[in-house]
Amino acid sequence: MAPQPKLGPTGDADIIETDYEIGQDNIQAKLGPFGLDIHNPVFMISGLVIVAFVFLTLAFQDSAGPMFNAMRAWLTSNFDWFFLSAGNVFVILCLVLLVSPLGKVRLGGKDAKPDYTYTGWFAMLFAAGMGIGLMFYGVSEPISHFSTSMGGTSVENGVRTDWAPLGAAAGDAEAARALGMAATIFHWALHPWAIYAIVALALALFSFNKGLPLTIRSIFYPIFGERVWGWTGHVIDTLAVFATLFGLATSLGFGAEQANAGLEFLFGWSVSDGSKVFLILAITAVALISVVAGLDAGVKRLSEINMVLAALLLLFVILVGPTTEVIAGFFASLGAYVQNLLPLSNPVGREDANFSQGWTSFYWAWWISWSPFVGMFIARVSRGRTVREFIFCVLLIPSLVCVMWMSAFGGVAISQIVNDGYQAVADASLELKLFVMLEQLPLHTITSFIGIVLVIVFFVTSSDSGSLVIDTITAGGKVDAPLPQRVFWCVFEGLVAIALLLGGGLGALQAMSVSTGFPFAIVLLLACVSIVKGLLNEPR
Amino acid sequence: MYRKIMVPVDLGHVERLGKALKTAADLARHYDVPLIYVGVGAATPGSLAHNPQEFERKMNAFADEQSKTYDIAQATSIACISHDPSVDLDATLLKAVEDTGADLVVMASHVPGLAEHLFASNAGYVAMHAKASVFVVR
Repeated sequence: MAPQPKLGPTGDADIIETDYEIGQDNIQAKLGPFGLDIHNPVFMISGLVIVAFVFLTLAFQDSAGPMFNAMRAWLTSNFDWFFLSAGNVFVILCLVLLVSPLGKVRLGGKDAKPDYTYTGWFAMLFAAGMGIGLMFYGVSEPISHFSTSMGGTSVENGVRTDWAPLGAAAGDAEAARALGMAATIFHWALHPWAIYAIVALALALFSFNKGLPLTIRSIFYPIFGERVWGWTGHVIDTLAVFATLFGLATSLGFGAEQANAGLEFLFGWSVSDGSKVFLILAITAVALISVVAGLDAGVKRLSEINMVLAALLLLFVILVGPTTEVIAGFFASLGAYVQNLLPLSNPVGREDANFSQGWTSFYWAWWISWSPFVGMFIARVSRGRTVREFIFCVLLIPSLVCVMWMSAFGGVAISQIVNDGYQAVADASLELKLFVMLEQLPLHTITSFIGIVLVIVFFVTSSDSGSLVIDTITAGGKVDAPLPQRVFWCVFEGLVAIALLLGGGLGALQAMSVSTGFPFAIVLLLACVSIVKGLLNEPR
Repeated sequence: MYRKIMVPVDLGHVERLGKALKTAADLARHYDVPLIYVGVGAATPGSLAHNPQEFERKMNAFADEQSKTYDIAQATSIACISHDPSVDLDATLLKAVEDTGADLVVMASHVPGLAEHLFASNAGYVAMHAKASVFVVR
């Protein structure tokens, strides 16, 4: 037979020739009335390892927590230079791709059409990866950095003991505000989105253009070749499932605690294990409905609802709060960010070790541990975009939205402290800061209600997209695996969250999942090499 | 009596569709109408094809082969791409019925591998919701 012409996905592309057939390692079986189509051994190993970790953590609670926390702290403080350098590499590569001729390559082949409109695409980017964090840290993080900066530096035995970023701004409210906003935005803008963009770009490229299965191992094809289909790949995929499931389950557990506190503050709900378990069950139930309704009717629609609600809340805070100040604050924060970007991202010789290790390095590990999940989800919905469009919409626009969000929520809160002497917002616990801030604005019962709905729905949108991602990885990259499999992962995630909430161990396993940021940082650096190699072979 | 016959096929399980395929071919010859084979796949690489274009080529090849085997005058194919085939299969097939303008759908009652979902039976769903006549082959 004559060799098939090298036809790409849609139009020209450089498809990779491999003898591996997608699904060749899968087991197709019937379990009662349900059909199964699972990757052997990734599905079983991931499931068993997760169950084993839950049991061990519950059984050895006293030692598990300190051990995992120590491991996390050891990694983020000893390898701070590594995390910070890696973050910088990702941002630089993205910016280079944006302006280089490689930006013309289209994901899915030259003639591919985008699968989603800008709004649908954009809503899903946010809902999966960051929404929930913005709700919790939008008010609290700017206040933290503002307060520590105001406090100035303190040195004991030649070591800085304060948590202020860079050289602090002792007693100078304006300078402390600028530094606080710059430090917050630093953690939420270019760097985290570059981390997501790298994973997403690599996966989209190797799946849509090169024809490899949509799983994390495919990124490594240019480096390990055919070995990625063996144990090398099994380990990478299992690690991705592990990080995703524990990342989701622990934040769901903590999220239930935080939502419960918010509901108590607003409506006098009792704070109890019963309420928290109820919240986890409710969030899991809605996520379940969403995954069963599918990507378009479920996940995308919920994400769009979320985006509208979040935009309304943002607009409200801007209009009802000190409007001109917030708008001026946006430009001031952006300016402060640009001005402090280089010193903040400097990986070596830092004097502000508490800040750069305790905050920045921790954040980078955290974002990186989420990146297999968020990146893979972004990849799945980005077919048909050019690399340039992709970087613009996954890196630059979300970064600007984060600057806007932080300037509004954090800016208003800082103004409340500085101008009105409203200390309550500074004193409130993390999960309540948003509501305490909103309380000072008009119509706070309505806005607080929107706030709590947003918190809950953002959990749902992380949970449903996470279940889809885990399902795809454990089905060897197949997106048409039987429905019960994604139902299984969604329910499993809720059960793990409940077990850890009731048994104790949320903190321990969250530290564990953040620790996976270290191996994945290496994975991502290799992905950078793969991306450049892969893009160079694509027709432009 | 009929103008066009549509046949949903799962290329992964063609061996189990024999009866439906033969029935459709017999009807197409009897009424002397065109036959159109419809497959549903994802844009991501899967076990059937690495990309939408390869899927389309395979569907075309399948239609050609059917046309030779059963001596059908006009056999064509469509490859439908779905964002989430585990869920959207029924809706995609219904849309294909409308888009192709088929007035008769011939399909196996249980397309294995695709229909083994929580709320099974794709044929049942299509029969209930399509405006065209539906011949469910058991």
